[in-house]
Amino acid sequence: MAAGTHYLPGLTPTNEPSVQKSDDAAGFYELGEKLVDDKAPTGPIEERWTTRKFENRLVNPANRRKLDIIIVGTGLAGGAAAATLGEAGYNVKSFCYQDSPRRAHSIAAQGGINAAKNYKEDGDSTYRLFYDTVKGGDYRSRESNVYRLASESANIIDQCVAQGVPFARDYGGLLDNRSFGGVQVSRTFYARGQTGQQLLLGAYQAMERQVAAGTVEAFTRHEMLELIVVDGKARGIVARDMVTGDIETHLADVVVLASGGYGNVFYLSTNAMGSNVTAAWRAHRKGAYMANPCYTQIHPTCIPVTGAHQSKLTLMSESLRNDGRIWVPKRVEDCEKDPRQIAEDDRDYFLERIYPSFGNLVPRDIASRAAKYMCDEGRGVGPEIEELQPDGTTKKVRRGVYLDFKDAIERLGKHGVEEKYDNLLDMYERITGENPYEVPMRIYPAVHYVMGGLWVNYELQSNIEGLFVTGEANFSDHGANRLGASALMQGLADGYFVLPNTIREYLADGPFEKVDENDPAVVEALTSVKERVAKFLSIQGTRSVESYHKELGAIMWEYCGMERTEEGLKLAIQKIRDLRADFWTNVKVLGASDNINQDLEKAGRVADFLELGELMCIDALNRRESCGGHFRAESQTEDGEALRHDDEFAYVAAWEWGGDSNDGGQPVLHKEDLIYTAIEMKQRSYK
Amino acid sequence: MKLTLKIWRQENPTATGAIHTYELDGVSKDMSFLEMLDLLNEQLVTSGEEPVAFDSDCREGICGMCSLMINGEAHGPEVTTTCQLHMRSFNDGDTITIEPWRAEPFPVLKDLVVDRSAFDRIIQAGGYISANTGSAPEANSVPAPRDKAMRAFNVATCIGCGACVAACPNGSASLFMGAKITHLGELPQGQPERWSRVVDMVGQHDHEGFGGCTNIGECASACPKEIPLDVISQLNKDLRTALKNGH
Repeated sequence: MAAGTHYLPGLTPTNEPSVQKSDDAAGFYELGEKLVDDKAPTGPIEERWTTRKFENRLVNPANRRKLDIIIVGTGLAGGAAAATLGEAGYNVKSFCYQDSPRRAHSIAAQGGINAAKNYKEDGDSTYRLFYDTVKGGDYRSRESNVYRLASESANIIDQCVAQGVPFARDYGGLLDNRSFGGVQVSRTFYARGQTGQQLLLGAYQAMERQVAAGTVEAFTRHEMLELIVVDGKARGIVARDMVTGDIETHLADVVVLASGGYGNVFYLSTNAMGSNVTAAWRAHRKGAYMANPCYTQIHPTCIPVTGAHQSKLTLMSESLRNDGRIWVPKRVEDCEKDPRQIAEDDRDYFLERIYPSFGNLVPRDIASRAAKYMCDEGRGVGPEIEELQPDGTTKKVRRGVYLDFKDAIERLGKHGVEEKYDNLLDMYERITGENPYEVPMRIYPAVHYVMGGLWVNYELQSNIEGLFVTGEANFSDHGANRLGASALMQGLADGYFVLPNTIREYLADGPFEKVDENDPAVVEALTSVKERVAKFLSIQGTRSVESYHKELGAIMWEYCGMERTEEGLKLAIQKIRDLRADFWTNVKVLGASDNINQDLEKAGRVADFLELGELMCIDALNRRESCGGHFRAESQTEDGEALRHDDEFAYVAAWEWGGDSNDGGQPVLHKEDLIYTAIEMKQRSYK
Repeated sequence: MKLTLKIWRQENPTATGAIHTYELDGVSKDMSFLEMLDLLNEQLVTSGEEPVAFDSDCREGICGMCSLMINGEAHGPEVTTTCQLHMRSFNDGDTITIEPWRAEPFPVLKDLVVDRSAFDRIIQAGGYISANTGSAPEANSVPAPRDKAMRAFNVATCIGCGACVAACPNGSASLFMGAKITHLGELPQGQPERWSRVVDMVGQHDHEGFGGCTNIGECASACPKEIPLDVISQLNKDLRTALKNGH
């Protein structure tokens, strides 16, 4: 057997390493050496993590207080890690751009968190959660990582309950579960529609307790703008105090990025306004590989765009698909009508028609794409939105499909529907001004989560030594598609249980020699940030930062959104390059650098999105297959379903920064083979 | 819609601020209040004036980052956050006055942005349950009565935005504190630290310069998450018990 199997002694791989035949991205990248996770564990899958925890060295408590850890981000992954490492006695410095750690965007997660507790005695197990997650990810994740995630899931619930997270309970006072995301067991723990908020407040409170104890120092309204690498090791960050404008150097023995996902590259997404890629992207430019950047999750049930003023999109929990029926008019001429005037026979319940066995409950990527096709045909509903067409022209299109509760109200009564979905239906009415009990809701897919992120090994360490990456910021656990209620699980597993057990192996080599503030690498990082900030303020062109972000988002959504083609992606790459060149000569940032300057903050983020967007398109162009959230029109079955090519693409695409393409640079692709031993790859079918 | 906006502008924490008046045309009723301000800022950038600084992040009413006194009301006329307030709540030709949260423990940093770090320090003083990672017993080993768990959840929905303080004539954070005291106090896991928690949090609250509660109730009516006023009764009851027992 070829590369990738050497670490599996005694185990039988169920697949061969893939060999790529197509080369759609030729001319846009260089092929580098294969990448091997040299920290990948060995042995039977259920023993790998236990063994690793034992083998990883310990750090003497007396030495812990001599070790400094920087953690960027205070969501579930960063907040939980700060609390846990603080409790262990390390010196933690925590950074967030918000005014309080409690505001990180994990707070917006609605549905729930998966855990293999098997409280319902419905046949759940660690293996089944592992199996569902690998399958849901369309066999593009690492089996060892996913098994570890599943095995820590139950501990998370214990920990959160001990912190006072008010999960839903049944009449006996024990924890309640619901089913979620198309799996057949009931393993999702929840706190009404605000599970993310409650879990984050638990982590936040645990972290604030450590602030009081003096082990964690919290830097709020601070944005990381550069990674400091000394002698090949991550040793600190450069951050801007967003109130005073001071550009500060923070040094440490190890740096953890828990800075979330980059969905805002699409401008419109369900992410928070401030969510950005800058921390991860600066690390990427310093040598950290970016893995599978094109894997984007587009969530089917969001409130549609109403006009050009739209600043963000709002998700409505996927649970609505349990009782709502999705339809569009059969005839284009009916699309402007009041939906209540459209006769039953004139409605097309398209998911029920195309997927009779799963109906409205098909996975997220399938439901999203089907809605897009209906609107592309001209059968969308709601206001007309001007949008970019594949040929570069613009056209007005209705982007919405109905999600109708009429049958559910007849079956359960209005009260029954209220009990289950009231807060969601209220939120819908607040945003749209329409009463969903009377008029069918309109929904449309929106960018929600990214499975791609910085490459990490099994220890969650990137290819830069001393740089660890957790939560949505890394690429590791969800493959090409994430199942519902699994993001919270991964963030907390990484923060509470995985990182603290892997970072100690790295720190056991310490205490390390302290880095001098005058070290050339530190000075270089600090100077480069100051120059970049000055550059933004000196261009004084004619276009606002916001207008560049919107234009980039429109390009990404059209060409690198729900459906991607070779032709479209190539066009997008050129458009992004042109836009980026224009940005650096024509952007207009007002105000000063020694004060709060929200346009200046945004300029840095948009500049990085303008580089990331291009890499996402190159990654999507190279991957001439459809898997999970990545759908290439050239790779589909006769019925129009996604078609994977395991023989060519069963690998992680890890990209190395090769310089700005406008200066002649090209990214370098390193492939890490995905070899399974505990599970067999299969094509998904939901017909 | 066409609006007249009167907005508090203040260069930095020590500068003297003032109300500036702007005319804004082309506002759609489907815009959120913050999207209306985005539109204003686009116009300001075009005309060469620095945009208005204001806080916002999730824009779906859950992170608590947005604020704003709108025509003298915290988060404006509806029971929701500023980011979820939509322009259909206003009329063409309206004049809207927009100010930052007004409270001494929330100093203005710039324009409409204030410093709410005092809330973090109140939590640091005791707004948690001490449970180190890894030390937790099996989740179902301690049942929690459903009605108490539901009350805990209902008040745990506080988003820490500070509207209660901004609305209170005394600048009291009693509703914010009461919500946390009640959330943790209703759960079995919260009992061991119940009495020290209330004493320490109230001590920090007073130290930060928040005022006392005189039962006016503005806080509960301004709260976008509808935290009920009775959490302050719970706070006072717990404080009384704690002090009586020498905590």
